[in-house]
Amino acid sequence: MDAGLITSMLFATVVAGTPLIIVALGLLVSEKAGVLNLGAEGMMAMGAVAAFAVTHHSGSAWLGVLAGMGAGMAMALIFGVLTLSLLANQVASGLALAIFGVGLAAFVGKPYEAVALQTVPPIRIPFIADLPIVGEALYNQQALVYFSWALFWGLLWFLYRSRAGLVLRAVGESPSSAHAIGYAVIRIRYLAVLFGGAMAGISGAFLSVFYTPMWAEGMVAGRGWIALALVVFATWRPLRVMMGAYLFGGVMITQLFIQGSGLQIDFPSQLLSSLPYWATIVVLVIISRNANTIRLNSPLSLGKPYRPDA
Amino acid sequence: MSQRSVPSAASAPPALHHAGPDPGAPPRLQLKGISKVYPTVVANDRVDLAVRPGEIRAILGENGAGKSTLMKIIYGVTHASAGQMLWEGREVQVANPAHARRLGIGMVFQHFSLFETLSVVENVALALPGRPALGELAQRISEVSERYGLPIDPRRHVHALSVGERQRVEIIRCLLQNPRLLIMDEPTSVLTPQAVKKLFETLRQLAAEGCSILYISHKLDEIQALCHTATVLRGGKLSGECIPAEETPQSMARLMIGKELPHCEHSAAQAGGEVRLSLAGLSHASLTPFGTDLKDIHLDVRAGEIVGIAGVSGNGQQELLRVISGEETLAEKFPVHICGVEAGSLRPGARRRLGLTFVPEERLGRGAVPDLSLTDNALLTAARGQQLVTGGFVRFGRARAFAERCIAAFNVKCGGPGAAAKSLSGGNLQKFIVGREILQAPRLFVCAQPTWGVDVGAAAFIRQSIIDLRDRGCAVLVISEELDELFEICDRIAVIAKGRLSPSRPAGETSVEDIGVWMSGLWPGSALMQAATPAYAEPLDV
Repeated sequence: MDAGLITSMLFATVVAGTPLIIVALGLLVSEKAGVLNLGAEGMMAMGAVAAFAVTHHSGSAWLGVLAGMGAGMAMALIFGVLTLSLLANQVASGLALAIFGVGLAAFVGKPYEAVALQTVPPIRIPFIADLPIVGEALYNQQALVYFSWALFWGLLWFLYRSRAGLVLRAVGESPSSAHAIGYAVIRIRYLAVLFGGAMAGISGAFLSVFYTPMWAEGMVAGRGWIALALVVFATWRPLRVMMGAYLFGGVMITQLFIQGSGLQIDFPSQLLSSLPYWATIVVLVIISRNANTIRLNSPLSLGKPYRPDA
Repeated sequence: MSQRSVPSAASAPPALHHAGPDPGAPPRLQLKGISKVYPTVVANDRVDLAVRPGEIRAILGENGAGKSTLMKIIYGVTHASAGQMLWEGREVQVANPAHARRLGIGMVFQHFSLFETLSVVENVALALPGRPALGELAQRISEVSERYGLPIDPRRHVHALSVGERQRVEIIRCLLQNPRLLIMDEPTSVLTPQAVKKLFETLRQLAAEGCSILYISHKLDEIQALCHTATVLRGGKLSGECIPAEETPQSMARLMIGKELPHCEHSAAQAGGEVRLSLAGLSHASLTPFGTDLKDIHLDVRAGEIVGIAGVSGNGQQELLRVISGEETLAEKFPVHICGVEAGSLRPGARRRLGLTFVPEERLGRGAVPDLSLTDNALLTAARGQQLVTGGFVRFGRARAFAERCIAAFNVKCGGPGAAAKSLSGGNLQKFIVGREILQAPRLFVCAQPTWGVDVGAAAFIRQSIIDLRDRGCAVLVISEELDELFEICDRIAVIAKGRLSPSRPAGETSVEDIGVWMSGLWPGSALMQAATPAYAEPLDV
């Protein structure tokens, strides 16, 4: 294997992992507040189509990203009203949101199916991009790749170093106790859900504007679902979410390279294609099997509706 | 702890009362005609209350008398249906607990409002205004915990703390806010006599500094020792006001429960019953971080006797109970014998088949599943013994009948066997759980904190039921942090400290003072005692 191949595989891995990181970290925040939003797939689809349409008409990829974020938040708001204000079941509402979002995106996106966008050039970070092998792969990337890293560090700081993050974790563990000491549980949960929606929208925008600059029905391709699984199997810890996302991306790219290389291997290609899914889950389950870590990191009130006493 | 004499809180003479509040001072807090109506029950019915600066006022009443609801209204957790609340002379509507804290009202809850996955310091930070740095706050927690005799490590996670330790966190969290009105909901239920004494000193000091204190309790001796005035509630209504120092426990009990104070009949134990529980050199490393490891525990419990284990919470009681009940199994069988069978590695179900039933310390979550009905909760432990399941099918009729039997025999106030466990008050749920375990006619009965947070009437009833069970030939082990309770019902008492168990003494031949000293790990022949005694010295003859 030559250095160029390693660089291009690493590059592709980072690109494949980025949308997962963005949406999964957003979901992690809503789940840490105790809200299980299974509608990630739908929010991503709406984010993708909105970003594509706005980029196509305005010519600005950044307006597109903003539109994607807005679309994701609008979807999350529907979910929030249903589950937080009207106390609907979170699982059922989330599933409905996923189906609704995917369907609506396909409908809205019909006129854009034959349209192509201009490729957005990557941003090259001076000096460190000249490093051998990793330089080109990591530091000559799309802006949203750098955004995903900033999101990761920001989230680590927010969750474990800031007071707001502490309150968020408290709300996710015991909304009744948080209410008893005076926190506005419902408002905090709304904010967390909206943040999750915004990240899902940005993730969708990354797919349709940067990753493959086109719109096609079903282009989110289950990434919303994988992100939901990532968060759970990573026991709600940002570092493991990020590792899981890159692992998924890495295995995905590796098996694509193998399939595309024309190597004669005696292995069904369907099994090879499923490799990223189960490899990621098996690895995360194994590294996260400590009962104490699970107990300390899982939001206890996840999925349970809460209504403050009158 | 080097104190040698440990008088119980009850024996503190009334002379300890400082001057008390200035009777002419305007009330800090005044309630006028407060009512709270829930869809099915009137929790408070036109209650009046006033507390002055520097006054410690008891709110006395049985479970369900409306004490907690009234306090929640003051603290803004819930809102009154009618009535008026005056804070320092001005009418206020306390919108929420944050508002209450801004006014200067602090509250220590009976059902803790702590977050299990967070550390002690994080829990405290959540309730404090401003944004204190965690390192600095940990320092302040250590200072307060030392000053008030409430030892706690600020870095520990709450899920690894015992009930008693969690309460310390609640109290410290409140004291850090320098409140002008402090509401304490049953604060002493899990404290040692020394800690109760220290807490009372703290509260008296706070009152002397001008803080008003509302002290919710049903313990008449404590109220007499601590409180200047008392407001008595019964069935949601004001049933009277009094000055505890001028009353007798009997007269206050009449106000509280409308009849005479019940007491337990306790005859001497039958001697020479067979050994039903035997722990032979039991050692076990705790599975939770910060838990207490059990070290070389020896204990026999015989049929027809009640053995009590005293100790400050967090000294290995949880671990001991889990090892006996089978929640944590051992690698080997021999250290635990249940009814003559080596049972160390058996699971709880297998141990129950040998004739063991047990009542865990936590009612909701271990003793009962909060969201399940009483019938389903009865099914959980009694399915096998009471033949509530045949061929894999639940016999709902029988399960319901068994739950109804528990409810009737133990006088459980609830909405019938279909009521969810969490809808019952603490005392009623405890009666149900104890009833469920006792009605299975166990050969060995193990019970932790049998009457924690339970009112006097129900507590006396539960204690009497345990004594009656003993008289029917059952072996009983009671793990409790309330010494008075242990002395009331036990035939023998041992002490657990730092994961080691003392030898047991007949209850009639020891005293609260001796056991109090043993609770710090200093019993004759203990590891601590040997460490403190030069090797050549004769062992103390106690």
